[in-house]
Amino acid sequence: MAAAITLAAEAPKLSSANTGFMLICSALVLIMTPGLAFFYGGMVRVKSTLNMLMMSFISIGIVTILWVLYGFSLAFGTDSGSLIGWNSDWVGLSNIGLTQLWDGYTIPIFVFMVFQMMFAIITPALISGALADRVKFSAWALFVALWATVVYFPVAHWVWGAGGWAFELGVIDFAGGTAVHINAGAAALGVILVIGKRVGFKKDPMRPHSLPLVMLGAGLLWFGWFGFNAGSWLGNDDGVGALMFVNTQVATAAAMLAWLAYEKIRHGAFTTLGAASGAVAGLVAITPSGGAVSPLGAIAVGAIAGVLCAMAVGLKYKFGYDDSLDVVGVHLVGGVAGSLLIGFFATGKGQSEATGVFYGDHSFDQLWKQCAGVFAILAYSLVVSAVLAFLLDKTIGMRVSEDDEIAGIDQAEHAETAYDFSGAGGGAARTTALPTAVADASKKVDA
Amino acid sequence: MKLITAVVKPHRLDEIKEALQAFGVHGLTVTEASGYGRQRGHTEVYRGAEYTVDLVPKIRIEVLAEDDDAEQLIDVIVKAARTGKIGDGKVWSLPVETAVRVRTGERGPDAL
Repeated sequence: MAAAITLAAEAPKLSSANTGFMLICSALVLIMTPGLAFFYGGMVRVKSTLNMLMMSFISIGIVTILWVLYGFSLAFGTDSGSLIGWNSDWVGLSNIGLTQLWDGYTIPIFVFMVFQMMFAIITPALISGALADRVKFSAWALFVALWATVVYFPVAHWVWGAGGWAFELGVIDFAGGTAVHINAGAAALGVILVIGKRVGFKKDPMRPHSLPLVMLGAGLLWFGWFGFNAGSWLGNDDGVGALMFVNTQVATAAAMLAWLAYEKIRHGAFTTLGAASGAVAGLVAITPSGGAVSPLGAIAVGAIAGVLCAMAVGLKYKFGYDDSLDVVGVHLVGGVAGSLLIGFFATGKGQSEATGVFYGDHSFDQLWKQCAGVFAILAYSLVVSAVLAFLLDKTIGMRVSEDDEIAGIDQAEHAETAYDFSGAGGGAARTTALPTAVADASKKVDA
Repeated sequence: MKLITAVVKPHRLDEIKEALQAFGVHGLTVTEASGYGRQRGHTEVYRGAEYTVDLVPKIRIEVLAEDDDAEQLIDVIVKAARTGKIGDGKVWSLPVETAVRVRTGERGPDAL
């Protein structure tokens, strides 16, 4: 027995518990993308609901395929130059043994691969909220593919890949504060600076058309985020995954309360949208930090992020950039807040021994590392995303025509409308009798 | 004949309907409408952005009446619609040239 234990300590063995846990976490992270679709979809006007939902859903399709073909290899393959990975055995997942373990862990490579796939899917989808109502669907699809390839895969390698520069520097990012949220938020800013505002921005009322959808989406995000965060420890043999789970809940609750309190003082009401937004801001901020802080620290992180994000969503009106659904205000600001607050609140008793300014020997060391990670990734994503948007705009064009945007992008790009509002159930207003296929089928029955 | 149109608060519809039925009115048409008068609208806040919503939901009730009944009918509607608060709405009447009951082809007051 003793020999077996020694052996297990030397080389990890496949753990069914951790493997099962991670497969469930992967499914939880997947549900975040439809959740995001509803979160965003409820916030746009009726005429662009479907487009908003589809911008998230298409990312599931495109990024899944890219991840299998070459994304996983670029992000997590053997490092070259601290910048990018590559492993030809992983291209197309063609040469991975089913029980071959992820190096140093108790789960198969396949499980790690599919868990990380879900992160790669949701990150481009996060950007879509800033681009509401106005981007050609084909241009968006192409942007997702290009952005995943030249921004997400490399940045994921920097942050989480063995040999990646941020990873080696000791930047703490438990589950994606930099690689996911700062990355997506900075990309959103880069793209909107290129493509410009919606028609009528700051002039027409652009009220969310369905706050219940927003709440449903926020609920799904919150639920799925447990997989996103707790799963990022890839198992729970030392309890750090459970700490992350607890901190996820605590910070999110604190951020929701903080946003609501700020709003009540500033604008006079506890709004539904504020509750949903505060929760998401808390989830974003605890994503990088939840493995490093204590539950009381998580309350601080959540509350600070909740207030900062509630303040940040007003900046777009001041500076005149149309971050339509506040991807910058919530994900960039929340991600930066969470990542930098590690430099203050890291206890040294969680995922690593690194401590923040308020703990241990009160060193600023970790804070500087966090700053380096945050600003390098922010700058890289902002610039490259703006260049991508510029190139796409000059070639195939990023925006739908102004007429289509005013009439509604759902009809122009998807040939559908989200809701049937006619009292007669649609019968009275229908102009064509039956869809062609149905009409043909009924003819055949007659014959 | 007269066409009486009332634009009133939506929650008064049932009261008005009952009052009209008690008066002997056999039919009316109701449409959902939106608008504002002196009431103006209200303010909504979404992530700190304040929107003035000046078109508030109203119900438009249309009733055809014989000339002799019209004034009294207007009083019935006004009484049933009134809450005394701002935004109670308006009632007006217009002369009607003719009316036809589609099923029978009856015209004029017989069609009511």
